[in-house]
Amino acid sequence: MPRRVDRNACLSCGGCAGVCPSLAIRLEYGYRVVVDAGRCTDCGLCTVFCPAGAIQEA
Amino acid sequence: MQESYDVVVVGAGPGGSSTARSAAEHGAEVLLLEKRSEIGAPKRCGEGLSVRALAELGIEAHPRWCVNGIWGAKIVAPGGKSLEVRYPEQVGWVIERKMFDKHLALLAARAGAEVRARCEVVGVLKQGSRVTGVVVESGGERFEVEAKVVVAADGVESKVARWAGINSLHRLEDVDSAYQYEMVVELEDSDMLELYFGNSIAPRGYVWVFPKGEDVANVGIGIGGNVSQGTAKAYLDRWIANSRYRGGSVIEVNAGAVPVGAPLEKLVGDGIMLVGDAAHQVNAIHGGGVFEATFAGRIAGRVAAEAVRQGDASERFLSRYAEEWRSLRGEALARIYRLRRAVEKLSDDDLNYLAEVLEPEDVVAFANGERLGKLAKILMRKPHLILAAKELM
Ligand SMILES: Cc1cc2nc3c(=O)[nH]c(=O)nc-3n(C[C@H](O)[C@H](O)[C@H](O)COP(=O)(O)OP(=O)(O)OC[C@H]3O[C@@H](n4cnc5c(N)ncnc54)[C@H](O)[C@@H]3O)c2cc1C
Ligand code: SF4
Ligand code: SF4
Repeated sequence: MPRRVDRNACLSCGGCAGVCPSLAIRLEYGYRVVVDAGRCTDCGLCTVFCPAGAIQEA
Repeated sequence: MQESYDVVVVGAGPGGSSTARSAAEHGAEVLLLEKRSEIGAPKRCGEGLSVRALAELGIEAHPRWCVNGIWGAKIVAPGGKSLEVRYPEQVGWVIERKMFDKHLALLAARAGAEVRARCEVVGVLKQGSRVTGVVVESGGERFEVEAKVVVAADGVESKVARWAGINSLHRLEDVDSAYQYEMVVELEDSDMLELYFGNSIAPRGYVWVFPKGEDVANVGIGIGGNVSQGTAKAYLDRWIANSRYRGGSVIEVNAGAVPVGAPLEKLVGDGIMLVGDAAHQVNAIHGGGVFEATFAGRIAGRVAAEAVRQGDASERFLSRYAEEWRSLRGEALARIYRLRRAVEKLSDDDLNYLAEVLEPEDVVAFANGERLGKLAKILMRKPHLILAAKELM
């Protein structure tokens, strides 16, 4: 399952995109996190990283 | 916007703006693209910057963003012992990053660069392994812009370099998770930074209190996400609840990713250069990267302009930037990275022991990559710390 983002908790820090080995995360216009389900390998690194606990298993 | 430029810089953080300014000053036709609608916001920064750094960058302190003077620091060990150092003169600033970043973008524009906010780069153009431009999305439209040199200054996301085929991924063990509140609080000393260490407080990192004025401060934390039992937010909330800052009003909330790894080996390729957080050019001990990004950008911009003038944007030519940067900053940052590896091995008891035997000035020197021999010697006194000491040799 790809990742789901809690937009109320996310603060657009960009870290999840930086640690994603699959280039699956886009921080659209710098603010809105979008996970590309086709690229996501469900490795979980973004979830371990997120300082706000905003990105979880779908 | 034109269809083609000499140099296209991606990201208007300190690294990108500094690169764009320097390339324009050296005669190149420059486009600086930033995806956010407001350069510098939301901030991802504790906003500490040393007086020495500003002087070295040749940037004049401006009251619009130099909001509070810093004269020293209080470093608190897990057991509570506090090492205090106050210098006879002002040594630092807490800045307003939103204004600072805009100021640097403005300086780039004044030097002749074309600056465009709310323009997101979504891919790179390549001919073989050579980067020849970028794909841009703006206002629902998608178009291509050609460039002789593309500069990846896209910060911690660092995707431009990866699209170009350079592995700039931030490994989880080399990037700290950060959370911060800008708070209205009662400060003991509004001209001293406070830093709190301890493996239960902030695994692999620390808590900082950086005063932005008489009664307002950035209260933040950086932790290693892979070595912690919860989010950075949870650790910070717990620390604040047990501190004198409990109950302070919150006027801004930030999260961030702080690269604390070694600088990348590969800083250039054919038609591409990496600058700042995207190149992992940060101080791995305190996480400061504003100076590093701005400094590297000045060299990168000059070399990019030279490459354009000589009609040679090959990896070989652009390596001049990598070589110059390595001799001026890279070696120091590599030393500081080794120090981080050593400190990471210390328990709270070890940190308390160090707080007993070290002078506050030593700690400041260590953070700049100096006097590491002294630290190694002290660590060698304890058999269980020999491994940590070896990291420094
Ligand atoms: C919580 C925290 C506290 C910190 N505290 C300090 C401190 O006290 N002092 C200090 O010196 N440093 C500090 N740092 C580090 C410092 O913030 C960074 O090192 C610095 O911002 C790096 O500058 P940069 O120009 O490389 O990247 P950034 O400042 O991150 O700029 C990159 C820019 O590129 C843009 N961008 C990204 N992708 C694209 C794209 N595809 N298209 C267009 N634009 C794009 C981004 O929106 C961003 O504006 C801290 C960092 C964090 C997270
Ligand atoms: S790491 Fe978390 S807070 Fe940061 S952009 Fe990703 S989801 Fe948002
Ligand atoms: S789970 Fe892994 S692959 Fe999927 S978005 Fe997160 S970091 Fe990327």
